[in-house]
Amino acid sequence: MSLVTGIKVVDLVAAVCFILALAGLSNPKSARMGNLVGASGMLVALGITFATPGLSRFGLMIGAMAIGVAIGAPAARLVKMTAMPQMVAAFNGVGGGAAALVSLVEFLKVPPSTFATYQIVEVLLGVTIGCVSFAGSAISFAKLQELMSGRPVTYPGQQFFNGLIGAGIVGLVIAACVTPHTSLIVIVAILALAFGVVFVLPIGGADVPVLISLLNSFTGLAVAASGFVLNSVLLVVAGTLVGASGTLLTRMMSKAMGRSLPNILFSAFGAVITASQSTESTGGRSVRAGSAEDIAILLAYSRKVIIVPGYGLAVAQAQHVAKELADLLEARGVEVFFAIHPVAGRMPGHMNVLMAEANVPYEELKEMDLANGEFATADVALVVGANDVVNPAARNAPDSPIYGMPILNVDEAKNIVFLKRSMRPGFAGIDNELLFNPKTTLLFGDAKDSLTKLVAEVKAL
Amino acid sequence: MSGTNILELVTVFVLAVFVGFEVISKVPSILHTPLMSGTNAIHGVILVGAMTILGTAHGTTQIVLGFLAVVLATLNVVGGFVVTDRMLEMFKGRQGPPSDKGPKDDTRVGEP
Repeated sequence: MSLVTGIKVVDLVAAVCFILALAGLSNPKSARMGNLVGASGMLVALGITFATPGLSRFGLMIGAMAIGVAIGAPAARLVKMTAMPQMVAAFNGVGGGAAALVSLVEFLKVPPSTFATYQIVEVLLGVTIGCVSFAGSAISFAKLQELMSGRPVTYPGQQFFNGLIGAGIVGLVIAACVTPHTSLIVIVAILALAFGVVFVLPIGGADVPVLISLLNSFTGLAVAASGFVLNSVLLVVAGTLVGASGTLLTRMMSKAMGRSLPNILFSAFGAVITASQSTESTGGRSVRAGSAEDIAILLAYSRKVIIVPGYGLAVAQAQHVAKELADLLEARGVEVFFAIHPVAGRMPGHMNVLMAEANVPYEELKEMDLANGEFATADVALVVGANDVVNPAARNAPDSPIYGMPILNVDEAKNIVFLKRSMRPGFAGIDNELLFNPKTTLLFGDAKDSLTKLVAEVKAL
Repeated sequence: MSGTNILELVTVFVLAVFVGFEVISKVPSILHTPLMSGTNAIHGVILVGAMTILGTAHGTTQIVLGFLAVVLATLNVVGGFVVTDRMLEMFKGRQGPPSDKGPKDDTRVGEP
């Protein structure tokens, strides 16, 4: 077997490892093993690359890798689970940047005139998508890390301006296909970076889960394009798997928000409503605030309690206290589980990770569809730091911006308890009718303090 | 950069799309965050490409860009797999058999 054939076989093994890694994620039990299989596939693929004929500068390669490890490993080890969305955005962005550079440098190596048109297209796709992903991820990171406002950034003529940049890229791509010239490719790269920035600016924080997922698929496609440029089956397979996964996840997320993808990307959701409704007024209506003691009694003497954790719980770092309360109630014979909305948190499935961090067994984390069958028989729905994902306006107020979004039907429970910091509306900036429901009791305060009080009261019973 | 097998690559691409959709549609929403960071790690395979272009680079510009690509791609690979492993480590089932909660107390009421 020649070396080249050997490399191809190893690439095949690595590609299978990647598919197995994704297949492992179909179940929490096999997921970790799957990830290790994927990592092994990666190691094997990298190892064999060192044996590729015609390569040199191994010292420089290892030096560059050492820098990457020195930055990446500690960052990945130390990041808090609440900061996971921006970490994923960052790692996604660097991948996109790398893909763009690979396509660009490969183009620089050969005189442009020797390229066939489809090869130019491959290069341009890799460079453009990679740059958009890099710049878009950087802005998403800045928004999530609160280096800049998470609110949509809008200005007059924004759509037109963005369209203009987009059209500019398309025009230059066509021009570059006709007369391939390095400077044209570089201009495309710069415009693509600019497009990544202006594309993400008007997208509000609540829509970021969809955005990150979309950017993930962009990077996958950029890698696949680089695979075409380099004639690497492995890169095409891996990049395409990621592209397909990101596309599917993006679709699932926009469905979970009840909105179309174009609406999420282009409507600057939340910008207008925030201006008109972000006041703390209750519109003259009264809400019922309860004491921790009353609520503790209500919880302790229930048969079934469903806890709905939202991002407020994560911000307050209250996952562990929530778990403690659940354990206490279970010890008293109360049936307790957590109902998780698909877009709770700042990225798809984020809330599950945060609850898993607090050692909640995954059997007690129920997806929306399963949980919604249970509310009608629940004595208490305890909503901790969530708002929009339980807002009945999504079902019955056609003029509401969140109308059509599937929600957790907490209004079907016999009693509803909200642990809220204040009467301020949620991330989407929309008032919640449920707060004024006669079945609803509110306990104001920081989620962690409130839960701690409830734990103490339940213990005292 | 020979274009002899463009059709083969397109075939692989199309098949990979179907495999991707097939595999991902089986992932439960509870694991969507690890799925994202896991796929994130997988596209770090661009490191293979980055090593290739650095290893065959001519001139300072190409070497600098290639070096940068290797650094970025390594970040992607290492960060992606480590973060995914950290998350998946936390997903645990119930410890041991489900505890016997005993018969439900009749004094429990729905609306106290």
